[in-house]
Amino acid sequence: MVLDPGDAYGVEAGLRIAEATAGEVVAISMGGEQAVDVVRKAMAMGAASGIHICDPLLAGADALTTARALAAAVRSSAAELVIACTESTDGYTGTVPAAVAELLGWPSLTFAKKLEVEGRTVLIHRQTPNGHDVVEADLPAVVTVTGGINEPRYPTLKGIMGARGRPLERLDLSGLGMDADLIAEEQGHQRVTLIQPAPQRDAGRIVEDDGSAALVIAEYLAELKLI
Amino acid sequence: MSKIWVFVELAKEEVSPISLEVMTGARGLGGELEAVVLNPQARLVTETLGEFGATTVYLGTDEAYGTHVAQPHAAVLASLVEQHRPDLLIFGATYDGRDICGHLSAQLGSTVVANATGISTAAGGFSVCSSIFGATLNVTTEVRGPTPCVLVRPKSYQAVGFGGPPPRLVEVSLPAGSPLGARRLESVVAPTSGPKLEEARVVISGGRGLQEPSNFALLDQLASQLQGAVGASRAVVDAGWVPYARQVGQTGKTVKPDLYIACGISGAMQHTVGMKSAGHIVAINRDRDAPIFKLSDLGIVGDVLKVLPALIEELRARGLEPQ
Ligand SMILES: Cc1cc2nc3c(=O)[nH]c(=O)nc-3n(C[C@H](O)[C@H](O)[C@H](O)COP(=O)(O)OP(=O)(O)OC[C@H]3O[C@@H](n4cnc5c(N)ncnc54)[C@H](O)[C@@H]3O)c2cc1C
Repeated sequence: MVLDPGDAYGVEAGLRIAEATAGEVVAISMGGEQAVDVVRKAMAMGAASGIHICDPLLAGADALTTARALAAAVRSSAAELVIACTESTDGYTGTVPAAVAELLGWPSLTFAKKLEVEGRTVLIHRQTPNGHDVVEADLPAVVTVTGGINEPRYPTLKGIMGARGRPLERLDLSGLGMDADLIAEEQGHQRVTLIQPAPQRDAGRIVEDDGSAALVIAEYLAELKLI
Repeated sequence: MSKIWVFVELAKEEVSPISLEVMTGARGLGGELEAVVLNPQARLVTETLGEFGATTVYLGTDEAYGTHVAQPHAAVLASLVEQHRPDLLIFGATYDGRDICGHLSAQLGSTVVANATGISTAAGGFSVCSSIFGATLNVTTEVRGPTPCVLVRPKSYQAVGFGGPPPRLVEVSLPAGSPLGARRLESVVAPTSGPKLEEARVVISGGRGLQEPSNFALLDQLASQLQGAVGASRAVVDAGWVPYARQVGQTGKTVKPDLYIACGISGAMQHTVGMKSAGHIVAINRDRDAPIFKLSDLGIVGDVLKVLPALIEELRARGLEPQ
């Protein structure tokens, strides 16, 4: 089960585990038509089926609402391992996978730059600012993977053709069995009041190197009193 | 008066720099500032937290906070928040901060704003400024409901203590039967030398334009002359030239040195988000149209493999020997 397969690393990680354990990958994504494309691409890579979560009430959903929808989709399947990509759409927010784990009552193993499943145990190398931690938990579990964890395969023509016959289910709030009143209430917890371009730096001096660039830089460092 | 909580993390045996930054920012909101620190070493830092304005520190020293990731912390935070109902709970945007916040938000039904760069008070609540799309857009969001959570980006505030008195200490223990979640078996720290990337006054970063991993030695030499640290783009980290700990950008570190020198880096927004608030930026790139030049104070259009050796020589001539 791969959530938000917007970047291919998570899909690849899921496929490798599925191949080694005679399991199956379900690709889940939430959002507009763009989300269907990512599910299709994951299916072309080898996912056995897809779920597209889409409901007008979910437009602009915050991290918690997103997590509620994804957790509901996971519950509707028999998945035991959820892989989320840390770096695509929600990667920058980063709280969705842990919230999904909490809603499911599962442990979360995050920022994996290495992932292994041995029997009922999931073991990862969790990226840290200055190295990594070795972290393990028992299935069922939620894992997030970082970019560079593997070399994702490209969908082949055969894969793309094969994916056409596989099921892609579309689920809305009621299909997910979600409480529309709760969602509406929680959506009121955040209100965007202003969006504006961030102030940008101005471009400074540009110098073509004619052999004197080192001198120009050294003079600049001296000006800044750094040398 | 509003009650504002900060979740405090430790680095070695001290308060981590980002937690001090967040404390400083939170103090500016004018409410009652309280800190939660869950770490076997928590006792070592309570005075510092007082100096930074915490009037009360909730401290938990259970071993589980070290041996398990995120879930014990979220469990005790959830029970504390339910008991004391703070108006806002602020985390640093760290790996642990994000995970704990994610687990907690689902327990409390709290909304989360990530990537925050500033927080202010608003009628009946708080207003959070966050930056999206590689820090090209600023979004202001008002938050409501049960204890909203905010994740603040590193370097959003400058940490300043003010000599506050020792705080009141409240010991907390893990609620019985809390699920502990994933087990941390081992921590591996990659060896580094020289000043830390996030703290160095000068950062010299290299990208794919350096052509080969061995050319990073040029950056090491220059860094030793300028007492700086060496950073990198993700392209070369993913290629295995340098360890991840050196990566600057959206999925790496945020740096704010006096001077940032970008060598053979194109300037993708996922990179620049991590360095655009440097005091001064110098870029060396052979492509005159490279986006990095749009934000550099001094741009050199040239071959980095020629300019760097010449610069190292020039500095040597001025008495700075590389190590
Ligand atoms: C979700 C996501 C997260 C990301 N996070 C990060 C991140 O945290 N940090 C990050 O850095 N990137 C990140 N990226 C990647 C980012 O988009 C760029 O791909 C990356 O920064 C490019 O690295 P680069 O500048 O080294 O390489 P390139 O873009 O290939 O640029 C190399 C530059 O070197 C120049 N050059 C080549 N030869 C020479 C020479 N001899 N002399 C001088 N100049 C030369 C070229 O003109 C070019 O401008 C992320 C991407 C995504 C999708």
